[in-house]
Amino acid sequence: MIRLEQIHRDFQVGDQTVHALDDINLKISQGEYVSVMGPSGSGKSTLLNIIGILDHATSGRYYLDEQNVTDMDEQAESIARNRHIGFVFQAFHLIPRLTAAQNIELPLVLAGTEPALRQQMVAQALKSLSLEDRAHHTPDQLSGGQRQRVAIARATITEPSVLLADEPTGNLDRQSGNEVIETLEALNRKGITLIVVTHDKSLGDRSLRSLAMVDGRIVSDDSV
Amino acid sequence: MISSDIIFYGWHSLRSYRSRSLLMLIAMSISVASVMLLTALGEGARRYVHDEFASLGTNLVIVLPGKNETSGTGLNTMMGATPRDLTLDDARALARHSAINRIAPINVGSVEASWQSRKREVTLLGSTSDLLELRHWKLAAGQFLPEMDWERATPVCVIGKKVRDEIFGAHAALGQWLRLGQNRYRVIGIMASEGRTIGLDVEETVIIPVASAQSLLNTPSLFRILIESKRRDSMQSVIDFATATIRERHYGEEDVTVITQDAVLQTFDKILSTLTYAVGGIAAISLLVAGILIMNVMLVAVSQRTAEIGLLKALGASRRQIIRLILTEALLLALIGAAAGFVIGIAGSWGIRLAFPDLQAYPPVWAMLASILVALVTGLLFSLLPARKAARLDPVLALQGH
Repeated sequence: MIRLEQIHRDFQVGDQTVHALDDINLKISQGEYVSVMGPSGSGKSTLLNIIGILDHATSGRYYLDEQNVTDMDEQAESIARNRHIGFVFQAFHLIPRLTAAQNIELPLVLAGTEPALRQQMVAQALKSLSLEDRAHHTPDQLSGGQRQRVAIARATITEPSVLLADEPTGNLDRQSGNEVIETLEALNRKGITLIVVTHDKSLGDRSLRSLAMVDGRIVSDDSV
Repeated sequence: MISSDIIFYGWHSLRSYRSRSLLMLIAMSISVASVMLLTALGEGARRYVHDEFASLGTNLVIVLPGKNETSGTGLNTMMGATPRDLTLDDARALARHSAINRIAPINVGSVEASWQSRKREVTLLGSTSDLLELRHWKLAAGQFLPEMDWERATPVCVIGKKVRDEIFGAHAALGQWLRLGQNRYRVIGIMASEGRTIGLDVEETVIIPVASAQSLLNTPSLFRILIESKRRDSMQSVIDFATATIRERHYGEEDVTVITQDAVLQTFDKILSTLTYAVGGIAAISLLVAGILIMNVMLVAVSQRTAEIGLLKALGASRRQIIRLILTEALLLALIGAAAGFVIGIAGSWGIRLAFPDLQAYPPVWAMLASILVALVTGLLFSLLPARKAARLDPVLALQGH
């Protein structure tokens, strides 16, 4: 469960203050499928970064699973990111020198999980995303769709409650994009909260709840 | 994060930036190797001198005529007094002390040696039977000066190898009569060629009994008296005894200088040790330079991998973990570099020993440990800044590659 109260995020550009987020109040329940749409510069990525604890609000309060994130120190934030949040990026962000399996393993490595347990979990993740035969390939040996599926496996390996996807199909052709979206939706059906930022209307229409943002404000919140 | 994972991660990233890693390895290994090689050279020189002196005997006390001192215009200078000669009687008086093991009065001069038609200028050494043992010399053939009354001018001589070769050539030298100045001396022994000596070339020397030398050189004064004390701890009492005895015999005037082999050795030791430390220190500067190179390269590495660091943060890496990752990477580099440098240093000093067998160029243990330690510490210290820079990256900007 995500709860944002009066969230403001200001950036200083030269001597001007830009309000990237302007008084955001938002509640997202566990297991929801939410798309965030809007033109570029509308603050949708900033919103996603704040929910993912990569960015900090200038003011306001943020509760993640009833924990006050606003008051966390750096160490607690990184643990919360590791355990509760999974990121899927437009540019995949796989580490090129590591194999698919090693990339997927990374969050577990950071969490200090035992190697034996890690291998089991990675094998499981590879299997559920039909990537078993790609386990020992490096990213440059994978197709775009496969790379994004590896990234999804990495984002979900710690079984987070929230999966944040920022333009997950932006670098993919239509068919791979569809595969990726179906993968994300399948995860959502199993109970993960899925938040997708996109400016692709057809993608946004698939979600049950759709937020529209303009100039740092949520201008519409439609539940289908 | 488990340590083995940190090391694995660091190792992987080092391997993926080969040229960068190689550059740093070379810098690190060259500096470690240079510390080891330079200190090995210094240490080799110190040992060389040390062995030279040790070959002269370590419990040696040397009595020289004359004393260097700074004084005003005293009575002596007014009257043009010179130091009294050191005589054979002085030496005999010294021999009474119970702590003395061997004593050898020495007389030195230059004479012409001849046999049949061959002539040669040689260094003449007048001494006693103790000299051989005292100076740790060896005979190639025959015998040394016999034990006898110091006053007896027996016409026998022991010759150096070069003298033998140049005067007697292919003829057997033992038993021949060698003419020295006006007298003839029977050759009773030949000195083994000495590997190394300080001051005196034994190969070009002819040794005769001290009394014979006195009459040949026509002087009662000795060049010096060499004394070997029985034990190391009795050396001071021998020195005191020698000084007191000579003073007494020379009418209360202390006109001899008593030095020990040890004192001279220690002075050399000190100079050469200081030298070794100094060159080691100079070489250590190259370690610092390597450290600065590490810092530079790590800074570049951090900016090259900005997106990766942003990703690690997004995946839940804390600042501390990022710092540990970067430091481990640098430490691995420093460790491998130091190990490579160590091997080069060992191989290099082996090469020096091969080229110059006289120089026992072994890098001292302290230099090996210190160079490796300094390598690791500089590696760590100089990557602190890049590591902190990485840890402080804003993940949002970092993921965008800024």
